[in-house]
Amino acid sequence: MASHDQEKTNQDRAPKSFRPKILVFSTNSISDPGIDLAGSSHLHYPPTVVVLPIPCSSGLKPKWILSALQKGFDGVFIAADGTDCPYLPDCTDRTAKIATTAQQLITEHGFEPARVKMAAICSVCAEPFVSHMKAFYETLQSLGPVGDSLSSKSKPASSTSSPSEANKKTKGK
Amino acid sequence: MSHKNSPPSIPPSGQGKSTGRRIGVYICYCGGNISDYVDVEKVREAIASQEGVVVAKTTMFACSDAAQQEIIEDIQQKKLDGLVVASCSPKLHLFTFRGAAERAGLNPYLYVQVNLREQDSWAHTDDPQGATEKAIKLVAAGIEKAKLTKPLKPFRLETVKRTLIIGAGIAGLRAAAALADLGIEVVVVEKEQRVGGWLSKFRSLYPHNQNGPQLVASLLEELEKRENVTLYTSAEIVEKKGCIGDFEVKIKTGSNIVTHNVGAIIVATGFENYQPSKGEFGYGEAPQIITLPEFKELVENSQGKGNLTYNGRPIQRISYIYCVGSRQSAGEEAAHTYCSRFCCNAAIHTALLVNEINPSIHQFHFYRDIRTYGKFEPLYEEACRQGSVFIRFAATEPPQVVKNNGQLKIKVKDLLTAGEELELDTDLIVLVTGMIPRENSELVNLLKLPLGKDGFFNEIHPKLRPVETVIDGVFIAGTSQGPKNLAESVASSLAATAKTAALLLKGYVELEPLIAFVDKERCQWCGLCAPACPYEAITKTNLAGKEIADVNRALCKGCGGCVPVCPQDALHLEGYTDDQVEAMIEALARGSSN
Repeated sequence: MASHDQEKTNQDRAPKSFRPKILVFSTNSISDPGIDLAGSSHLHYPPTVVVLPIPCSSGLKPKWILSALQKGFDGVFIAADGTDCPYLPDCTDRTAKIATTAQQLITEHGFEPARVKMAAICSVCAEPFVSHMKAFYETLQSLGPVGDSLSSKSKPASSTSSPSEANKKTKGK
Repeated sequence: MSHKNSPPSIPPSGQGKSTGRRIGVYICYCGGNISDYVDVEKVREAIASQEGVVVAKTTMFACSDAAQQEIIEDIQQKKLDGLVVASCSPKLHLFTFRGAAERAGLNPYLYVQVNLREQDSWAHTDDPQGATEKAIKLVAAGIEKAKLTKPLKPFRLETVKRTLIIGAGIAGLRAAAALADLGIEVVVVEKEQRVGGWLSKFRSLYPHNQNGPQLVASLLEELEKRENVTLYTSAEIVEKKGCIGDFEVKIKTGSNIVTHNVGAIIVATGFENYQPSKGEFGYGEAPQIITLPEFKELVENSQGKGNLTYNGRPIQRISYIYCVGSRQSAGEEAAHTYCSRFCCNAAIHTALLVNEINPSIHQFHFYRDIRTYGKFEPLYEEACRQGSVFIRFAATEPPQVVKNNGQLKIKVKDLLTAGEELELDTDLIVLVTGMIPRENSELVNLLKLPLGKDGFFNEIHPKLRPVETVIDGVFIAGTSQGPKNLAESVASSLAATAKTAALLLKGYVELEPLIAFVDKERCQWCGLCAPACPYEAITKTNLAGKEIADVNRALCKGCGGCVPVCPQDALHLEGYTDDQVEAMIEALARGSSN
């Protein structure tokens, strides 16, 4: 549920049928097979969700997440390896750290931290993936299009107040 | 053909900018699996004019021989230097089309697979228009990635034709003999003074009453005939360096340290028997409550004596309680939640031995489920025929052991007679204990062995790659991997033998080139990346007076865990460079650039 002031800001820009674009970073051996399984099981999720597989979620660069928002994605979902990671025993902690760093980075650039979400998706986690997508989609619908985050705020250099502001907006989600 | 225009070292990012590449794109109908929901022809039209695309075609089945042949001809005739096939998940056909590229003379790493089936058509059967729009973006991103691919060569490494086997139980000894016969030198290291492990303790193993010590002795005799086997007992591994093909291991025997170079390692360190805690079904509180291995020893020592006595008292009534230390509920601390697989068979086989000693002994089996799988079912039938009584209890209501003036009694609700309460006097209670993982933390640390949730060593895939671990060149065998019986242990040790031999007899190993690399200009050697790699693949090196990081190609797994750690952004992963990822994000966000 979006707060009132945000609905007002988005009202004129976001069409009622706003379909958030989501970029998912998946991992070749764990979460990507899980997402494959969702498709094989004909489970539906919004087709504005696209997936970019990498070897391991701990290899994700925060700047790629920022770049995704700057290029027009409304949200980025990290489908992490979790404890199933075949490479790194501390993968969950590492990916969580990357997600936190990414949230700080995007906040500095005027985006709400809630536009980045991370969850471990195992190789058979088809249903959890789909419910994550639906929930994240709704979150982003209430946040509004990514372009609004930028245009409603000043540019990076002077946006020191934005982190707390962004936090306030995402409260209660 | 060779491709002439390799991309500039720092290509422009995204935007479908020119890289001078000639890309062929093939979009698959998958016989309707894709085309029923994705307008494949529309996708082709959308991407055909994308910068760099020289050939854009649709095909009914891209994986068919005819389609692959067409791709190969196009690559050769149109002088393509990049290939995109948009079809199913790369898990199915990545290697198929890398192979097609290679047959056409194109470096296989110039191929990019786009997943239009599992991650598009099948997931959006409810929204064909959305699925088609998504397909255009996915293919466009694949093209952008292909434009930034580099020809890569697998890293070739010479291998040492010698194997280290850790553990001289049945699995280790059998693998040693088999490898020696294949002409591979073997070094066996056993922690105990004597070889044989658990096998040397039992003289009558199911299902055919094999004699353990005799089996061990005959295997040892076989090994002594072979000149290329070295056996160290009372020895352990203290150091391991190197990687697949050439590990350097230090072995401590007494006060000596010997060093061997080996091409592969087989870990066959066996299991531990579950030791019930004091009071678990009365264990430790009355001498007549014993575990299965203790009972087995008693029975074997009584064979041919016509009677079974324990502590000087004749045994007339025996009760077995199954699943002790197995299938524990996940909530318990350090629970063993798995089925231990061998114990039903072993207990029932031992009950048959008891019948041989004295058929008038009454035997009661209290069980949750009986798993005398496959060829062991006759054991169960024979036990029933010979008078063993099987009483089933519910997992939530296990039998209770009652002690009264030295007399033992078992109280249980019989699940199969609608929960009737039974009380049975008994002279001896056998706790049918399972296998648990052996405490091996030093070895685990040394070899960086992965443990499964059950605490046993973990294979890459239980069915597809059952004896390989994520550590290249390190294989697992026998019960170190999970509960197994004698035959199953030997089968797995021979599987590890086959894998090892396939690796070492070839003489070299080829490693995936999609690994981390260092930007030598940017790297300042702050040292943060080295500890980020658990495989110790990153070390400091000196390049013309400048200290920088160096990635060991043989040790790097290509996970990229080091990449975000670098404050200078000087670490990159082949196949997932900034340029490639950024170009893909751009295309995924906007669709085709034209």
